[in-house]
Amino acid sequence: MAKGVLVDITRCIACRSCQVSCKAWHGLPADYRPSDGRYTSPESLDATDYTFVNFIENSGSDVVWKFVKEQCMHCKDPACVSACPVGALQKTKEGPVVYNQWKCIGCRYCMIACPFNVPKYEWNTTNPWVRKCDFCADRLAAGDKPACVSACPMEVMYFDDYEKVVAEAKRRINTYPEKYVNKIYGLKEAGGTSWIYISDVPFEELGFNTSISPVPYPSRTWGPDLSKILWEEAGLLAILCGILYIRTRRNQKEEER
Amino acid sequence: MNTTYSRQRFFTARTWILLVLAIVGALTAIYRLAIGLGPATNLSDSNPWGLWVAFDVMCGVALAAGGFTVTFGVYVANWKRYKPIARAATLTAFLGYLLVVMGLFLDIGKPFAFWHPLIFWNIHSVMFEIVVCVTLYTLVLTLEFLPWLLEKLNVLTPFKDFLEKRAVVLTLVILGIMLSYGHQSSLGGLFLIAPTKLHPLYYTSIIHHLFFLSAICAGLSMVSCETIISANMRNTEYESEILEGLARGSAIALWVYFLVRIIDLALKGKLGYVFEGTMQSHLFLLEMGVGVVLPMLLLSSRTVRRSIPLLLFSHGLVIFGVILNRFDVVFLTETSMRGPIYLPSWEEVFITLGLVSTGILFYKIIVTYLPIFNSPSTTQQV
Repeated sequence: MAKGVLVDITRCIACRSCQVSCKAWHGLPADYRPSDGRYTSPESLDATDYTFVNFIENSGSDVVWKFVKEQCMHCKDPACVSACPVGALQKTKEGPVVYNQWKCIGCRYCMIACPFNVPKYEWNTTNPWVRKCDFCADRLAAGDKPACVSACPMEVMYFDDYEKVVAEAKRRINTYPEKYVNKIYGLKEAGGTSWIYISDVPFEELGFNTSISPVPYPSRTWGPDLSKILWEEAGLLAILCGILYIRTRRNQKEEER
Repeated sequence: MNTTYSRQRFFTARTWILLVLAIVGALTAIYRLAIGLGPATNLSDSNPWGLWVAFDVMCGVALAAGGFTVTFGVYVANWKRYKPIARAATLTAFLGYLLVVMGLFLDIGKPFAFWHPLIFWNIHSVMFEIVVCVTLYTLVLTLEFLPWLLEKLNVLTPFKDFLEKRAVVLTLVILGIMLSYGHQSSLGGLFLIAPTKLHPLYYTSIIHHLFFLSAICAGLSMVSCETIISANMRNTEYESEILEGLARGSAIALWVYFLVRIIDLALKGKLGYVFEGTMQSHLFLLEMGVGVVLPMLLLSSRTVRRSIPLLLFSHGLVIFGVILNRFDVVFLTETSMRGPIYLPSWEEVFITLGLVSTGILFYKIIVTYLPIFNSPSTTQQV
């Protein structure tokens, strides 16, 4: 059964328990970083931060802070999985998009392909890996919740079967229409993602890319290019043989004359 | 047997410079393998692809397209007049692809896992298709090149004769064209999956076809420049009939590319972006104006096609345009992965310079000692 997570942005208090528990579970180093005056730390996902809370100061009539937990969206039909030349990235039927470092050659095409800019690279080692949130696939396999979901004190994240998660998002929006904007981010984006978001402010004000179309990304390379390549090659072969035949015959005739 | 086929002196000042650059490049490559991709380059999470992908791979493959275009003309379309340049064009493609393979090897994060795509297949990946086509095409080019080496060394004559059989040559040529079509277009096809990252002037659902068409332009221009420069170096007469034909071919290819690109923009209602005044639109105008329209008009004129300096100028513009296009697509037009501006590190620059120098050096060595230009099969006099 495919799992999903609903992130309710209205509930987050920015305690960063999710960041800490993620590092602890994955054994990721926590290094010292000087503050540049912003509260967001780290400032983006990177090779040692699979998740982070983005602090957004909403400068309206009165200042409102919004806290957006970001991590891999775990698309249903992921761009990265179709892009990887060696199949090092795979979508499991339980929901997580997982990475096999032994297959990876390090071409970084997954980073170009991902519409959410999630995969990050180890830029300081001789044997670099792609790094990203793996939805705690090992914990899910053992029947447990992801580390960040377990650690959150505010129940920002609701983890369950994907259908139940979507139903819960709809229930909350319908029950409190004056509170939430009427949009579930991730329901349609890039063909749908296993992690979905609801919010009380429009998503474009929170740094979400709302121009991502609902077309599943793999179809963009498969449709116009790869699925046709064998037919195009066959056509090309026929044309080349045709030209060759005609031109050779003409030359022979000229020589006979 | 000390036959040299090119009568110029080998060790000129230029050769020494190339040799030094090649050695520096090789040492830098060893250094890069020792310290790893990240430390050796200025690449980052916001700029995962840089100079090596844009120049060594994208431009390298496009500029080596002369190999399949000229062999198409000589062997498939049977235009015999281009036979004298067939070997040089194939040699350029062969060396070009060896450099591309070297560039790819150094650019991937785990160079010694380069063989993985041959075992772990993902037919849904454009990158996979490119790796397979580039590998097979390099093999085809090696088989096309091998007879000249065997002829010189006077070994394995039966194998050489087999490779020179008309049926074998034609099979290799046709395979080469098919493989070239596959990966030349797919280098553009890579970006089909990044619709929000390219500027609207560059992102189009036919970007793979545009890459193939522009590669033909680049290939023809490279072959033309090479024919002019090598005639200059060998102090022989310019093969004006060939140059005029290549120029006419280039003009046609540029017109096709120009019309397809503009009509595509018009059909998708994107012409408004052309004059929007951003850096991306300026680069588009520079690329299309100087790299496509100007040489297209120049090469359409018979006067230009008969003047060596103007030919060199026009073809140079085409090459500039294609290089700029590949750079634009790879990193200048990325609209969503904003971050610090990427400038290549000294390692990246030295390795790129080293690869190009190595290519030119090997070209010089090979045209000096192997029958590329003055061979019995290409010209009458030996």
